[in-house]
Amino acid sequence: MSAHANAHHKESFITKYIFSQDHKMIGKQFLITAIFMAIVGVFLSVLFRVQLGWPGESNSFLNMFLGDTWAPEGIMHRGMYLGLVTIHGTIMVFFVLTGGLSGTFSNLLIPMQIGARDMASGFLNMLSYWMFLLSSVLMIYSLFLETGPANAGWTIYPPLSVFEEGISGSGMGMTMWLLSMTVFVASSLIGSLNYIVTVLNLRTKGMKMTRMPLTIWAFFVTAIIGVLSFPVLVSAVVLMLMDRLLGTSFFISDVIVGGEMMEQSGGSPILFEHLFWFLGHPEVYIILLPALGLTSEIVSTNARKPIFGYRAMIGSILAIAFLSFIVWGHHMFITGMNPFLGGVFVFTTLLIAIPSAVKVFNYITTLWKGNLRFTPAMLFSIGLVSAFITGGITGVILADSALDIQVHDTMFVVAHFHVVMGMSAILGMFAGVYHWFPKMYGRMMNTKLGFIHFWITLVSAYGVFLPMHFVGIGGAPRRYYDYSVYESFDGEQFEMIMDLNVIISIFAIVGAIGQIIFLYNFFYSIKNGQKSEQNPWKSNTLEWTTPVEHIHGNWPGDLPIVHRWPYDYSKPGADEDFIMQNVPLKDGEEEH
Amino acid sequence: MIFWIITILTLVTAAQLMRASSLSRKISNKKEEDISDASNNWNAFGFALFTIAMFGSIVFMLVKYGNGLLPESASEHGQQIDFLFNLNWIIVFAVFFLVNGVLFIFAIKYRGKKGQKAFYFAHDNRLEMIWTVIPAAALAVIIILGLRTWNDITSAPSDSTKVVELFGEQFSWTARYSGEDNKLGYADYKLINGKNPLGVVTPESMVLGIAEMDKTIDKLYSRLQSDSAGTVMFSEAKVHEMNSRMEKFIRIKERIIKMQNHYTADKLVVANDDFYTKSELHLVVGQEYQFVFRSKDVMHSAYFPHFRAQMNVVPGQRTKFKFKPIITSKDMRVSRENPDFNYILLCNKICGESHSNMKMIVVVETQEEFDAWKKENTKTAIVQK
Repeated sequence: MSAHANAHHKESFITKYIFSQDHKMIGKQFLITAIFMAIVGVFLSVLFRVQLGWPGESNSFLNMFLGDTWAPEGIMHRGMYLGLVTIHGTIMVFFVLTGGLSGTFSNLLIPMQIGARDMASGFLNMLSYWMFLLSSVLMIYSLFLETGPANAGWTIYPPLSVFEEGISGSGMGMTMWLLSMTVFVASSLIGSLNYIVTVLNLRTKGMKMTRMPLTIWAFFVTAIIGVLSFPVLVSAVVLMLMDRLLGTSFFISDVIVGGEMMEQSGGSPILFEHLFWFLGHPEVYIILLPALGLTSEIVSTNARKPIFGYRAMIGSILAIAFLSFIVWGHHMFITGMNPFLGGVFVFTTLLIAIPSAVKVFNYITTLWKGNLRFTPAMLFSIGLVSAFITGGITGVILADSALDIQVHDTMFVVAHFHVVMGMSAILGMFAGVYHWFPKMYGRMMNTKLGFIHFWITLVSAYGVFLPMHFVGIGGAPRRYYDYSVYESFDGEQFEMIMDLNVIISIFAIVGAIGQIIFLYNFFYSIKNGQKSEQNPWKSNTLEWTTPVEHIHGNWPGDLPIVHRWPYDYSKPGADEDFIMQNVPLKDGEEEH
Repeated sequence: MIFWIITILTLVTAAQLMRASSLSRKISNKKEEDISDASNNWNAFGFALFTIAMFGSIVFMLVKYGNGLLPESASEHGQQIDFLFNLNWIIVFAVFFLVNGVLFIFAIKYRGKKGQKAFYFAHDNRLEMIWTVIPAAALAVIIILGLRTWNDITSAPSDSTKVVELFGEQFSWTARYSGEDNKLGYADYKLINGKNPLGVVTPESMVLGIAEMDKTIDKLYSRLQSDSAGTVMFSEAKVHEMNSRMEKFIRIKERIIKMQNHYTADKLVVANDDFYTKSELHLVVGQEYQFVFRSKDVMHSAYFPHFRAQMNVVPGQRTKFKFKPIITSKDMRVSRENPDFNYILLCNKICGESHSNMKMIVVVETQEEFDAWKKENTKTAIVQK
């Protein structure tokens, strides 16, 4: 090991910044790519929020970005509206919150927090990033196709996604979508396998599984979920490609689309839903767990208190991971599935609320009698816990199949999952960026701008999604170009929807503009931020024992040896309010 | 234009703030990671304001919009759902206010101060047990009540239930009533054409289906012939495509011919009394209906918000949902004080560009009104000779 550490190769620009096999650089590459994708994803949402807030009004803003093809005279094309919704969902779920969140922080933190020189396979790690980039390029490219991007919704239910006679985006756009996602899944699989192997094999001396920071537990379990569920999506994607290109009938049966009678018979669109949601639901936790992991670390560090119930937190992560595989049917209560099976899914789904509640209460108890230091990262973490509570409890409504009949596929669902996984995970990701920025770039981000960014983000995110619940409870379906149909049967309700939609759109636009502050702070601080100390947050974990300037192999000399768990904050009898993991136990000191 | 102005203004603001704060940091010789008590107090104050604003806005919206301004449920099972909803809302709002409240209160109360030391408190199994058991107990209640309602809603229909088919296609609904025998005639997508929009299976419709196939095949054949006669020139790919389409229609035709043997006389008569309409779905108040859903092209979802009813419409299979309307449209207009109010059937599964326009007005009325409407507005579902 030490031989490797001393082998400082001379690096060219290309091997250092582009085809890097160093986990720190790869983590940063993931982050920058994800930030770019997030800008696109959020911008698409602004475009369709303009349509929903002020439907049918000519808007030069739309025309400027969508051109005469998709917004003639400033009025958005119906197909493009659905395309924007579809690609917004795809980009945010997969490219920002899966690739961006897990990719960035697993890469950056796994080796550093477990005391490893690098990932188990640097080459595979590099491959994982480049496939991620390729899939991102393919997805962005699909926005510029003549027939428009995929627009059958991010869940791409067949037959709509199979026949371009049904909707124009199901031609070339959907082909690009499927290609991009196949490459994306390959990237994700390679990455996940690497994370699992690294965590299992490369922990430094003394780093028992029960001494790992909760971040690592979260990344580790996330990777396992990914490896078990993503291949199922690939199988669905491949079968769909065959239905589209070879005329097979896995998902297609007895249809006449666009006036053309198809001969496929005997397939079932519901089969696709099963395959899709077998990934789709674990995917929620693939997104959420890393954010919760980051937050556990940040809350503990900045409360200057050990995370409450370390083992219960690990247990909850494992329980959530296990349960996440047996709840997918709650997306399908009203597909005509056997009511008894529906009942089983109600039961398993509501079970998952128990470990989630345990996590929330443990976070709150960690704050209790703490000495909270409100860094931007800490603020975002508290925001995450709040969003997790707010979004989690509306899940109780949706998991109840009898109630789901009324709110299924309405804006209520949209509000629910945006709060519980979108908002939570994004807030967690921001927390992670603010907290580990010094580790990534050796400099600090500006704290004041961080505060402003946090308050704008939190207020506008709630401003968007709280009213959206009410739109949905009234029975307003999602993926509607406008709600003019309501005018024909209930004017009063139509007015409510319009009023709230304007409020939502305004908050969405304000929130999006607020992110410019973050972008400025991020990119400006890379070059000009205040130089960071080795351990600016007075944290316990091993990444803060590495030098500020990145080196290959992370530690200049021998690897650190771990003597204690990572949460010895404000331990009685200690001189300072933190004890790093590589500090040996004193005589007679108990571990925890 | 406004877009660029706002973007640039925000950037400039960020840059100026950045300069100001770096300068003041240098003057006071402080580092980014040093969080002063004053800054902690400000952020704690922010949490206090935010909590009040968030809770206030929720209460405001609850008072103003209640349950999304939906009127009381117009179906029997819907009233059960509403009851369950209200019960769940109580739990949901209690947890929302309580847990968010405690979170923010702790954040405010335990904000950092110089010299303050955090309380080392790593774990407590009794506490963990409490907040495992309490949610579990609450969830047990929710599950039991929820499943009871769910089982009621999805139970088998009674003998007096009337069967109505809802047929979805891009972007309209068709309702087919099962008539006197309360049985829907068989239907097959291969028989769908201009004269038989629902593809109902009758001896005549099968003959018609074969004739339609022949017409399509002939058309393709003659186009291909015109190519070989030298009057039109098709690309090789086009010829290939037309050939394979022709072969496809020949295969479909063969399948229709086989159908003729498959359907015995007793299966064919059930369609005779079926009648359908594309205009409005009329239902008799107090009558339970079993809806059978069928799609022509892509997935749809039949969504009746006022009846708390929804079921996906899946091509290639039949799905079912039953409900009993209990309030007539007229009564609802009176209680809503809105003479223009109507019940509605919406599509709630993305089905194409005009998805948001796919609707059907639903009218609940007395038996007499229904009979009068039926005479004027429905057609027989079987193919006329």
